[in-house]
Amino acid sequence: MNLHIKNGRVIDPASQIDAQQDIFIRDGKIVAISTHLDGFVADQTIDATGLIVCPGLVDLNARLREPGQEHTATIESETLAAVAGGITSLCVPPDTDPVIDTPAVVELIEDRAKKAGRAMVYTIGALTQRLQGELLTEMAALKMAGCIGVSNGLAPIKNSLILRRAMEYAATLDLTLFINSVDPWLQGNGCVHEGSISARLGLTGIPETAETIAVARDLLLIELTGVRAHFHNISCGKTVLLIKDAQNKGLAVTADVSAHHLHLCEHDIGNYDTLSHVMPPLRSIRDREQLQQGLREGIISAISSHHQPLDNDAKLGPFADTAPGISGLETLLALTMKLVDDEEISLHQAIASLTSHPADILGIDAGQLKVGAQADICIFNPNIYNECQPNYFVSAGKNSPFSGWLFNNKVSHTIFDGKLVYEQDKIHSIAV
Amino acid sequence: MSHNQLTESGRLHHFLSIEGLKRPLLTEIMDRAEQFSSISHQQVKKVPLLRGKTIVNLFFENSTRTRTTFELAAKRLSADVISLNINTSSASKGESLRDTLHNLEAMHSDMFVVRHHQSGAAEFIAQHVAPHVSVINAGDGCHAHPTQAMLDMFTIRRHKQHFPDLRVAIIGDILHSRVARSQIQALATLGVGEIRVIAPKTLLPTDCKTLGVHVYHDMNAGLKDVDVVITLRLQNERMQGALLPSSKEYYQCYGLTERKLSLAKPDAIVMHPGPINRGVEIASAVADGPQSVILEQVTHGIAVRMAIMSMTLGSQAELYEVTA
Repeated sequence: MNLHIKNGRVIDPASQIDAQQDIFIRDGKIVAISTHLDGFVADQTIDATGLIVCPGLVDLNARLREPGQEHTATIESETLAAVAGGITSLCVPPDTDPVIDTPAVVELIEDRAKKAGRAMVYTIGALTQRLQGELLTEMAALKMAGCIGVSNGLAPIKNSLILRRAMEYAATLDLTLFINSVDPWLQGNGCVHEGSISARLGLTGIPETAETIAVARDLLLIELTGVRAHFHNISCGKTVLLIKDAQNKGLAVTADVSAHHLHLCEHDIGNYDTLSHVMPPLRSIRDREQLQQGLREGIISAISSHHQPLDNDAKLGPFADTAPGISGLETLLALTMKLVDDEEISLHQAIASLTSHPADILGIDAGQLKVGAQADICIFNPNIYNECQPNYFVSAGKNSPFSGWLFNNKVSHTIFDGKLVYEQDKIHSIAV
Repeated sequence: MSHNQLTESGRLHHFLSIEGLKRPLLTEIMDRAEQFSSISHQQVKKVPLLRGKTIVNLFFENSTRTRTTFELAAKRLSADVISLNINTSSASKGESLRDTLHNLEAMHSDMFVVRHHQSGAAEFIAQHVAPHVSVINAGDGCHAHPTQAMLDMFTIRRHKQHFPDLRVAIIGDILHSRVARSQIQALATLGVGEIRVIAPKTLLPTDCKTLGVHVYHDMNAGLKDVDVVITLRLQNERMQGALLPSSKEYYQCYGLTERKLSLAKPDAIVMHPGPINRGVEIASAVADGPQSVILEQVTHGIAVRMAIMSMTLGSQAELYEVTA
């Protein structure tokens, strides 16, 4: 199977390519990035005139709801949503049901993903058994089974000694620790940022210290144990400063931010808009600016979807009773490119934060266009106005607060392992 | 910012929050309540304004006074009224709030009076009922209790004519108080000169000043020269969660005693939304004293709720002239 992508603007920040080039793909691998290739007979040609051709996007955190909540979404449905969003590699946190704390669960997820055949699904193993924060998982076995890192998901480890031991053990195995830092007591049963909006709406607030105190503790333990760590979904300006200090000290620490935290703030909750109910909560305007600044400075190196598909009922109710989360796979690229339009970040920075940077964090061979590599490619139109319509999301989760937003870009083709797995307004069935 | 509580012509359709309502509307509520309050003194305490209408009181949280006054108000307007305590009903069987509503709606009710333990619940219900159904918020979580705020405004107006000249102090658990939030919004809308809140930091919301109040932690300073003193009920649960050490210390620091009240203007009135914890937030001598208007508030609750119910149930009601 030979695939030829012609006349596109090829942008690959990792290889420092930004040029009008063709990409030639044979048997799932890129065989050339050039203007022509002698003797190449294409079975399929994609005319990418006026389109941007970049590496398939890499998403650091997406919940697919399988196993455990297949009534909400499945690996099949969500990998299709991923490629509709240009994402060809994604990472599943361990808080499935059962938890990813045994090789069997890793294998189940990988099998289902292979069967779906649209995107590479990586698993993050549990740091403690059942994420209960008490007993370590068999991390060596999880690593052998394919986990690219370990995490305790959204359940914070309260006991600092156990966290220290878990970090030491992960460091021994050279596993990256993925952390969602939060102080469970300061968070309490809060559901929004503590500030003027929580005061007005009478909702229980979560102070920024719920995040910063936990990040500060975790950073000190990272320094003590030498574990390589990545902070997921940071939400506060002050967290950016803490991570900057740690990076300046030479700690192996990285961070990502969700696309929605770069665009929304506490005010978007308006009059109890449950679609804007997320964890960590949308913070102040100042926090949002500082997150954007952190992204510009490279302190935050990746933008993630933090995809949490939910069924409609989960968002129907009084605000605090509803489930937090945003269906984010299909708006990840559009929201990131919007930052380019708003002149917050450069085009190259935007693409790098969705491709090579998250791939580097995961330590995987993806997010780059190079000869000999697996052909995972995202092609998008950077000049097409379209309205965000969550009801038409491919994802089983239509829960997005971005309904009605105007984007000026759209994924036109997604190629995974050399095969066209998504074409705008068409869904390709995959022969395995 | 309850965008959906007004009709296109600016009339009340729902009554969910004071926020966003204009001064003339609040004044109209009070004027109407003034007319209705005379009915209570008549031999026949009924007007036929809402005859044939069905009103359902949906109480997801316990309440005696509020539910009773709503019931009385509805009955005096000649409506058929049913009161449901939902915490013992379907909610515990796993039926969702929306399903409960739709079931009740299927019984052709015209109005829901809702109390719920979650902030924003009344707003949510208003978004999901059929267009002709009105929703009145009888208290949602820590968010709003607008009918209470209106009866408080009505009571203040009875005693103090001109709102802009007033200095009002609200004492106690502002953080968890829907009453305080609605009072602050109503007082601000009516142009009250100064609104003060007096409480320890643990009982004040972060960024409390954005509500438009002056913050005091000391009763002596906060009560000086005020015209209206509103004390809030202190929930016993507040001792959990380390918000306060004890009710004894709270009384010492923030309890309204005769000595502390003497710092306010000599003709200051004392209010409390009830139920009262004597010896916790207020001394018996003050609650029963000459400056207290606490029982008057309860009485006014009926007329004010009649006014709001008749206004929200709309144009048909306006055909009748209320005889003063």
